[in-house]
Amino acid sequence: MKLPPGTHFMQGNEACVEAALWAGLIFYAGYPITPSTEIAEGLAMRMPEEGGAFLQMEDEIASISAIIGASWAGVKAMTATSGPGFSLMQESIGYAAMTETPIVIVDVMRGGPSTGMPTSVGQGDVMQAKYGSHGDYPVIALAPSSVQDMFDLTIRAFNLSEKYRVPTILLSDAEVGHMRGKFLVPRHIEIVDRRVRTDKVWHDGFAYDESLVPRMPIFGKGFRVHVTGLSHDIAGYPTNDTEVNEELVRRLQDKVDRHSQDICSVVAHRPGSKHMLVAYGSPSLAAWEAMMENEDFGLVDLKTLWPFPHKLLAEALSGCLDVVMVELNLGQVFREVQRVACDIGCGKPRLFSKVGGDVPKPSEISSFVRGGV
Amino acid sequence: MEFFDLFREDRWPHMFCPGCGIGTVMNCFHRAFSDLGMDQDRTVFVSGIGCASRVIGYIRADSIHTTHGRALAVATGIKLANPDLNVIVFSGDGDIGAIGGNHFINAARRNVDISVFCINNYIYGMTGGQASTTTPYKSFSSTTPYGSKEYPFDLAEVAVASGANYVARWTIRNVKELTTSMMKAMQKKGFSFVEIASPCPTSFGRRNRMADPTQMFEWLKIVSVRKDKSQAWGLDQLDLNIEGRITIGEFIERNRSPYGMIA
Repeated sequence: MKLPPGTHFMQGNEACVEAALWAGLIFYAGYPITPSTEIAEGLAMRMPEEGGAFLQMEDEIASISAIIGASWAGVKAMTATSGPGFSLMQESIGYAAMTETPIVIVDVMRGGPSTGMPTSVGQGDVMQAKYGSHGDYPVIALAPSSVQDMFDLTIRAFNLSEKYRVPTILLSDAEVGHMRGKFLVPRHIEIVDRRVRTDKVWHDGFAYDESLVPRMPIFGKGFRVHVTGLSHDIAGYPTNDTEVNEELVRRLQDKVDRHSQDICSVVAHRPGSKHMLVAYGSPSLAAWEAMMENEDFGLVDLKTLWPFPHKLLAEALSGCLDVVMVELNLGQVFREVQRVACDIGCGKPRLFSKVGGDVPKPSEISSFVRGGV
Repeated sequence: MEFFDLFREDRWPHMFCPGCGIGTVMNCFHRAFSDLGMDQDRTVFVSGIGCASRVIGYIRADSIHTTHGRALAVATGIKLANPDLNVIVFSGDGDIGAIGGNHFINAARRNVDISVFCINNYIYGMTGGQASTTTPYKSFSSTTPYGSKEYPFDLAEVAVASGANYVARWTIRNVKELTTSMMKAMQKKGFSFVEIASPCPTSFGRRNRMADPTQMFEWLKIVSVRKDKSQAWGLDQLDLNIEGRITIGEFIERNRSPYGMIA
């Protein structure tokens, strides 16, 4: 039975489990890794109750490969991991983007690089989420900053993945994953299912309409589709034709760019304030506290990281003279914020970053903004 | 079922080199698949990367050509997401023995109900002839110009040890036995593995004094020994030297319960 509508109190990772079941998850494959393991443990218990399959694979590469297979077999599929496992998955994320396979990957970010600090928080996977695999390819990445977000954005990740046939990453972090809090399961939850092919034409399995998203000819329905990570034409057949490849690579990216208005979201508190903080994930909570203590602070909490919500951020920062980015890496989203600031001419953004494995205190943020380093 | 009922005529001619053994495997597979009366619309074909993996692109059925080595993991996902589908994997020694070795032993251990046809040509053919994990000891390749210093895997033996329900190995000269084993593999519940010793005159033979396809056929004839006649059986089934022996036959047939969808 799905978690009933109403108020609940849970850990972020547990809320993700319940949201995935709401979204229609049927197949989970994963490999244990801190700080994401509660998702696997929760689904190991919950999937059989809901009629789905839980599988512990031999590594993260096998995990993402298995969910790609399951997705083509017609079910909603997910895996969860953290930085080191996310690195192992990169080749297959590119494969999922190339083959337009809807899958959801939860990355509960921890301190890096390398084995880093498994039980501490970090946000070092933002660029990896977008650029970790070779070639140009689209992804969607969402960043939850509360237990409520873990529930809402997990469902949203499934919906976007199904709608656009793009691998979608829930880029959470150790604090949000392990934080316990109150959240609401709404009475009405919108669930999106992929559009599928019901005909048996077989020679145009990747044909698309003006949405740029092909209907998916899932396996076992007699369509006889061929799926490959090689450059392929609309039949799905491998090709070395440069024009066909050019069209494919551009369409895959355009699929996301053209719908960025639907995909992107930010939450702006007190837009137009003198000092605008920009954050995502667990630092948003500290930034929010800092804002509450300072009347001339505002905050933009980024819910979508990829595609980058350029337009929404530009609107929220418009007219502001001081932009301060708060993130737990050496400045990954900061570069994107610099581009936005440059475009709208709102001064030189500043970066307040921590990479030691903890979230900044609100007072640290306040004194950084005031002190102006 | 006619040949082009199962294969995609619009993809012909295929890409395989003259003298390659893959065509024979495809013919045997066509016979096995049609004699069993299997439904190609309820069968999914999965492969990784390499020459053997290109087979599925020619099959007129749902097929997925995955990343290098990952065919068995993808096949596991397909089978467990929809247990009503037949799942068949075509793979090579690179996928199975090297980059996907971990998936190989774990898929066999997990005993998922899939059939694996591994075309072992003892070399990386598609990239131009580098040594693989099955390249015989002392034989030459583009990355072992002084002869291979490594001992090769015996893939069939690994499959047995890992828990597969059915394991056989034949050369492409044994077309009847190979066809029968393919039928058995597809009927067997659980993980089944058929290794097919196959000639690659272009990349393996050329560097090992067997550039002519007939020389490779002759080599397979000389070195292959039936299991019941093999001196090596019981210790190691495959002599590891190029002058050694390849034991052929059925190595195991058992009925461990296959991994099922937990529902």
